[in-house]
Amino acid sequence: MHISVALLLELGIILTFLSLLGTLARRFALSPVPLYLLAGLALGEGGIAPVPAAGSFVETGAGIGVVLLLLVLGLDFTVPEFTVSLRRHLPSAWVDLVLNATPGAVAGWLLGLDAGGVLALAGVTYISSSGIIARLLGDLRRMSNRETPAVLSVLVLEDFAMAAYLPLLAVVAAGGTWQQALLGVLLALGAVVAALAMSYWWGHHLGRLLSHPDAEQLLLRVLGVTLVVAALAEAVHVSAAVGAFLVGLSLTGEAADRARKVLSPLRDLFAAVFFLAIGLSIPPDSLLPVLPAALLLAVVTAATKVASGWYAARREGAGGRGRLRAGTALIARGEFSIVIIGLMGTGHDRLGALVAAYVLLLAVAGPVITRFTGPRPSDARRSPRRSTPVP
Amino acid sequence: MHVDVNEVLLPGVGLLYEFVNLEGDKVGVVARRSGDFELAVYGEGDPDQAQAVFRLTSEEADVLADILGAPRIAERFADLTKEVPGLSAGQVEVLAGTPYVGRPLGESRARTRTGASIVAIVRGEEVIPSPGPEKVLSAGDVLVVIGTHEGIAAVEQIVQG
Repeated sequence: MHISVALLLELGIILTFLSLLGTLARRFALSPVPLYLLAGLALGEGGIAPVPAAGSFVETGAGIGVVLLLLVLGLDFTVPEFTVSLRRHLPSAWVDLVLNATPGAVAGWLLGLDAGGVLALAGVTYISSSGIIARLLGDLRRMSNRETPAVLSVLVLEDFAMAAYLPLLAVVAAGGTWQQALLGVLLALGAVVAALAMSYWWGHHLGRLLSHPDAEQLLLRVLGVTLVVAALAEAVHVSAAVGAFLVGLSLTGEAADRARKVLSPLRDLFAAVFFLAIGLSIPPDSLLPVLPAALLLAVVTAATKVASGWYAARREGAGGRGRLRAGTALIARGEFSIVIIGLMGTGHDRLGALVAAYVLLLAVAGPVITRFTGPRPSDARRSPRRSTPVP
Repeated sequence: MHVDVNEVLLPGVGLLYEFVNLEGDKVGVVARRSGDFELAVYGEGDPDQAQAVFRLTSEEADVLADILGAPRIAERFADLTKEVPGLSAGQVEVLAGTPYVGRPLGESRARTRTGASIVAIVRGEEVIPSPGPEKVLSAGDVLVVIGTHEGIAAVEQIVQG
């Protein structure tokens, strides 16, 4: 076996660098996602320190990162939580979708993007970062606030909407017809319903099949099945991400809890590699020209998120300040906006740069803005215990 | 005194329990899926905003529960059953007017029929560990059951008629 010194060295330096950035982000109670993106931008072609040897690993790892992000998202999901959210917040979900997808779509159209680009940008501005926000609510000690169930319900429904959206995007981006896109969505929705039914009635059997007292066995089994399902989903143009999400959905209870525990560190590693890869794929000098557009889009969609959070929190019976806190909490966009760009693949350089700039702005500004709409906990920074993992 | 506890689902996080104490303070307890807890008291100015929040790990919560004297029997068993995949703990209440009120536990033949074991009976402040078949049930008893999900559901069906 040949061990590449250059690969190990570059990878080691990259990971050390990312950990430094992560520490820095945590110091200011920010998400590390935008910093990982910036690191990718700095390391890429035309950046300050190109990494030729680690390039192929980062590229492979990025694909696994997307799969793991969606798998763990599916594992977090439970049928009762979804039905309760749906019952209480279906109108909020519609308001959220219409208010936040529209600015993205309009911007895409104004920028002269193709149908795939317009759809992608609509998704980017629609989906809030459940990773950043769930962590933020914990750090800001808002979990027991009245508006928080509204915020979390909106996030759950957004994540669920991704299951229909991603296959649609995959087909449209590949230049498929609308019939093919519709077929893809129906296929994905059918698979989601099947997965939910399976988890509801036979989840324990599936759990028993996959789980094993030994953590290593559990990791290998869940990861193996997920990658096979993801590959099959990709082969029928439903997108590997949706396949992974389905596997996560099908596992419930004890099996899901244990799988989440063993997979989370792996997810953290490969998700970081994925964000890095997206940064690497964008030439840094393409950011400046798109900055005004990204800034405008960020301002508009921050305002529309505040409006949708306001509406959702009002349904929960929160007062004015609670509604404002809910709205500002939802501003942050992050990992899934980047997943969308990852799925678009090459040939969308301008869109990639725009979305990177947009996510950089809102992943940083969102948490900062919502901090100022509530009393600031004096001890949030020194709290060493954090139960919600990155990202 | 009866305390009304309001349960709110926090999707992806856990459960929020809220109640108002005798003095009129609103108290919130967040039970996270991770096993951690968060305790909060709501403020005067903004009734939606939790003031003075503090966090407890599951071990710290156990200590607090011991101090407060609450019989957290079912949760303890839940920890135990985590070690064995497929095994869970549940609580089944004996409702007034159901068939086994006033009859011995053995008559339900719960273990023979479901495979699940009734490991304790919580009766008000009192906990009866490992109840024998001769133990007579009364309305309001809470049975702590260990078994598979299906087994626990079956015990519930038997006991609640």
